[in-house]
Amino acid sequence: MLLAVFSDIHGNRQAFEACLKVARARGAERFVLLGDFVGYGADPEWVVDTVMELVAQGAVAVRGNHDQAVNSSSETMNNEAQIAIEWTRGRLDAAQRRFLAELPMLVEDGDRLFVHSEASHPQRWHYIRSTADAAKSLIATTAHVTFCGHIHRPALYSMSVTAKMTGLVPKTDVSVPLLRGRQWLAVLGAVGQPRDGDPSAAFALFDTASCQITYCRAPYDIASAANRIRENGLPHWLADRLSEGR
Amino acid sequence: MPIPLVKPGAVIDGYTIGECVHAGGMATLWTVTHAGIDAPLLMKIPRASEGEDPAAIVSFEMEMMILPRLTGPHVPHCYGTGDFAHQAYAVIERISGTTLYKRLPDLPLPYEEVRLLVAKIATALADLHRQNVIHHDIKPSSIMFRGSDEKARGEAVLIDFGLSHHNHLPDLLQAEFRLPYGTAPYMAPERLRGVRDDPRSDLFSLGVLLYFFSTGERPFGEGETLRAMRRRLWRDPYPPRALRSDYPPWLQEVVLRCLEIEPEWRYPTAAQLAFDLTHPDHVKLTARAERLKRDPLSVAWRRRFNPDVKPQGARSDLATQIAMSPIVAVALDTAEGEPELNEALRVTTERILATLPSARLACVNVLKLNRIAIDKTLDEQGSNKHIDRLVALRHWATPLKLDENRLSVHVLEAVDPAAAVLEFAEANQVDHVIIGARQGSFRRMLLGSVSAKVAAEATCTVTVVRPPRMALPEPDAGVVWG
Repeated sequence: MLLAVFSDIHGNRQAFEACLKVARARGAERFVLLGDFVGYGADPEWVVDTVMELVAQGAVAVRGNHDQAVNSSSETMNNEAQIAIEWTRGRLDAAQRRFLAELPMLVEDGDRLFVHSEASHPQRWHYIRSTADAAKSLIATTAHVTFCGHIHRPALYSMSVTAKMTGLVPKTDVSVPLLRGRQWLAVLGAVGQPRDGDPSAAFALFDTASCQITYCRAPYDIASAANRIRENGLPHWLADRLSEGR
Repeated sequence: MPIPLVKPGAVIDGYTIGECVHAGGMATLWTVTHAGIDAPLLMKIPRASEGEDPAAIVSFEMEMMILPRLTGPHVPHCYGTGDFAHQAYAVIERISGTTLYKRLPDLPLPYEEVRLLVAKIATALADLHRQNVIHHDIKPSSIMFRGSDEKARGEAVLIDFGLSHHNHLPDLLQAEFRLPYGTAPYMAPERLRGVRDDPRSDLFSLGVLLYFFSTGERPFGEGETLRAMRRRLWRDPYPPRALRSDYPPWLQEVVLRCLEIEPEWRYPTAAQLAFDLTHPDHVKLTARAERLKRDPLSVAWRRRFNPDVKPQGARSDLATQIAMSPIVAVALDTAEGEPELNEALRVTTERILATLPSARLACVNVLKLNRIAIDKTLDEQGSNKHIDRLVALRHWATPLKLDENRLSVHVLEAVDPAAAVLEFAEANQVDHVIIGARQGSFRRMLLGSVSAKVAAEATCTVTVVRPPRMALPEPDAGVVWG
């Protein structure tokens, strides 16, 4: 089965629509949504509704730190994220907020694990910045492949049976076989706010039969997404950074 | 991990095991058969039981990732792999014949034989590098040839990708071993510094093979210790001419360029090395060609204790490196070509080369032979047509101010000019052909366009150049326009 994995949509409707379209065209049969559906972007209602619909049709979704912040003011965030989340809170209705509050922190699906930040302490929202961070997450699970997001930059890590680590910045559209006999941590780039210098929306396809992962990019209408952010009085930097991909 | 049940007659994923044909330190090789596959097959099974070298597992994982994505005649075709969850294996095409290792008792080989042999290996390497793979274990036992006839050997086939690096895949070996892993006598110096992403490391190893096969001596001995291997970071080998007085200077130039300590001083690509081996008379001789002694000790010691030795920084990726060093061929008609067209060709060529400091340019001219009449090499004035054309090509290229080792001129004699240009491009792994289109000529109407045929049939990029657009002349009043 071909899974399409999305992370960090952040209320960016244009980017999410583009990714869904490309993923469907490439034959995706099941969707996995790694959290942070809201925050930063100007279309949180549409994104949450779409995610609820996909989940009703069998998609997997987990909770991100921004999704949690909608329902709790104790999450510490930087100033712009804080402004955006307070604005988002006012946009969502009770059902949408409840949906976000009830999302699981992680989901295990066979020998795969889906989580927003990493597997060792999902509640602490640690970032995977290095092979050392990746090792901590991989040691905490027996899953063959862990999928996460949170850092908005794609990366692929692997740990051998002797706990030796390898890291790679994956090349777009090149499929990588995730060999059995070692563990893998697939860090997804962001759909709605890429920060790796490439402004196009990031997601990944995973073939469960051949265990091949392919990192993908979808170009989208950045100008419209940025305009929506400005029109709604959100911090301008949140609009500007979309075209820079950082 | 389950205990492997590999024995003759056993069936794994539809492959019936035959006999064991090789038992090496890292893996065993078995003949296998499979219903529906006609080709002779080999199954490679890693030694992966407890207590075995973990290198065997990791290098087999690399092979399982790399083998299925390789294509073309220079690698064994891969039919399938099985992973470590059940029984790890790779099923590959069985290449008939033996590896080059069997030739070791015959060394040194005649220069001409070595030249042809190594040119074929360089061509295979160029093809591998284009597929984003660096082999990292080039040595006689990793090289076979298609076709069983010793005299008319086919393409070189590279085998054993257990130490290879794929530019788009995780490098499992980089992480696994602190020390460089490979075959000591053939290992490039930068490998000792942990560099695994430079394709020119393979050119160094091929240089070692070229030196060994043409002199009978290994340039850096057989030392297996790290200390002995490190010496190549500062000590150059004896020039081959010091070992064999009849050693051709052009061959020494090629060997020593491959064996340069700094990758930047070697050939930029395997395709350019293959080009020089295919055209020995075009090899630009430098001080390397004449050298009879190694560098003085003072120079070697300066290298050894050079405080400027800088660790290798991040490089652009493999595909970019190769793309920066293409072989560009410009096809021009110096005899009957219009001066405007030749000028336009030069302007375009200059622009293309300006962005590619490691590109090399081959200027090609076709001396058209008559289909029926017997051709005379001498023209009416008695001068040699072939030489005249070479002189004209050089003259055309002079304003480009290219270094001699980046430029070569070729006159091809052929009945069909387009076919000759296409064949030249194919044989020399040309990446880009620049060719002029004759404007409204009567001959073009009559014979068809050479540039159109080249553009349509070439397997590489083709740029068709026309002279600058001029205002159309007034239509002749006498012509009736239908």
